[in-house]
Amino acid sequence: MIKTAQHSKTVWMFIDSWVLIKRSLLHIVKNRDQILGLTIQPVMFMLLFRYVFGGAIGTGGVSYVNFLVAGILIQSVAFGSLTTSLMVATDLQRGIIDRLKSMPIFSIAVVSGHVVGDLVRNLIQSVIMIGVGLLVGFRPEASVTDWFLIAGIVLLFTYAMSWVAAIMGLLAKTPEAVQWMGFFVIFPLTFASAAFVPTQTMVKGLRIFAENQPVTHVIEAVRALMIGTPVGNHAWIAVAWCIGIAVVAIPVAGYLFRKHSGR
Amino acid sequence: MDNAIIIKNLNKSFKDLKVLEGLNLEVERGSVLALLGPNGAGKTTTIRILSTLLLPDSGEAVVNGHNVVKNADAVRASIGLTGQYAAVDEYLTGFENLEMMGRLYHLSKANAKARAQELLGQFDLAEAGSRAVKNYSGGMRRRLDLAASLIATPPVVFLDEPTTGLDPRSRMAMWEIIKKLVEENVTILLTTQYMEEADNLADQIAVIDNGKIIAKGTSDELKNKVGKERLELTIKMESSFAKALEAVDGELLYQDEHQRTINVSTEGSVGQIKRILDRLEQAGVGVETLSMHKPTLDDVFLKLTGHKAEAEEKQL
Repeated sequence: MIKTAQHSKTVWMFIDSWVLIKRSLLHIVKNRDQILGLTIQPVMFMLLFRYVFGGAIGTGGVSYVNFLVAGILIQSVAFGSLTTSLMVATDLQRGIIDRLKSMPIFSIAVVSGHVVGDLVRNLIQSVIMIGVGLLVGFRPEASVTDWFLIAGIVLLFTYAMSWVAAIMGLLAKTPEAVQWMGFFVIFPLTFASAAFVPTQTMVKGLRIFAENQPVTHVIEAVRALMIGTPVGNHAWIAVAWCIGIAVVAIPVAGYLFRKHSGR
Repeated sequence: MDNAIIIKNLNKSFKDLKVLEGLNLEVERGSVLALLGPNGAGKTTTIRILSTLLLPDSGEAVVNGHNVVKNADAVRASIGLTGQYAAVDEYLTGFENLEMMGRLYHLSKANAKARAQELLGQFDLAEAGSRAVKNYSGGMRRRLDLAASLIATPPVVFLDEPTTGLDPRSRMAMWEIIKKLVEENVTILLTTQYMEEADNLADQIAVIDNGKIIAKGTSDELKNKVGKERLELTIKMESSFAKALEAVDGELLYQDEHQRTINVSTEGSVGQIKRILDRLEQAGVGVETLSMHKPTLDDVFLKLTGHKAEAEEKQL
């Protein structure tokens, strides 16, 4: 056998993880359709809401475009996290996960690699979205600190959603199934929220859901930081939700990963 | 005898479906064993258990001296696995794929790069190495996939239907590569539905059907089971087909009423053939044509199982 390099098990865990993270990052560079696919749709939505629907939506003292950007940003980030589902399902279908599991390595790193890929992709996508927002009249009042807080919340939210997406990918087994599963979960969470309209106009049952679900808190926190309105409890609740989701989703994903194919 | 793979009384069910039913098998170190059988016979399940992807319900499997259940990590460090699908990354280049696998097999950076380059050369992919895999042909993907499983020069290699779905030329190229592997004293367990493949590559052939090994031996040993020569007779009249079957009873291998053909195993002696023809004549059966054939593994398979191995494959 070829001589292998010598490291402790923990060191190997980090090296395996890094090798697989690098793979996911290479996808961002090599598969341009991926990032275009993720960006074009929310940009269109932004234009649609800004110019077509926006005039008919009352947002109190805030201009609609200033209201809109946080919502559409978080929605695009949530849909962006589904890339992990797609990649995990593809890896399963192509036998890549089987191959990695037949190797003496920290194989679940293939999933965390995709999650890290999402973080980077979503950050790029967020910058593009905010850029487009600025072009169509978005005028944020956030300080540098606020922007860092916004980035932190967006990344934490992505991280939590990507692990949920990983679970969907492991359950779906095919990239086709991921499409509807992701839509089924992310669509209601992002539309039945404060993303596009103030929740006050919704019927009571929907309103209670919309006001208390995690995505709304994330959006409200980001929006307040962007346009300088009071953040209230939204930031803390959003962070708590994200951490809670991640704490539950990571072990579930790990279990499904190991369980897959009966081992 | 030094066996690199030992399987004892292996059982595996998926819900109510029994896939492996007391499978026993040994593969000598440095040899190639072909596990030959139709779809659903249990070939892939066997490979998945041996490569630690699946736990058996009962029984024991030892690979390179390590138990696949109790000592999975040691098994994983001893094997290379090439599955039925090319498990390579579409967006990375061939070189990047191999380098990544090398790193995951814990080679140093420099070693991984050198080994990737070396394997690309060996597998006739040197030129394609800098292109993304999504532009590769099926045969190229399979070669890259095989190369990936050999990065760390494992002593035991599992090839699960390595040429299924390949065109004849790519299949030949794959065979050449597998033959080269054998020269390097690697133990190979390969599964296949193709008789020709088993005949070409394997030292030993184990025939698997319904989760059990029903015969094992060299290609010649197995062929001898069906006699030295196969006599194929075409009967003149469809109406006398049943009578003809009765007349050759005993040495009958298989028949095809539609084509009016009967295949009989013989020693190849003139006397024996004459006796068969005499019996047919006495029964009033007219014979249109007669031909002699060397037995093939197809014949063996039919004889052993009563059904064709490649039936499903041919429908594709």
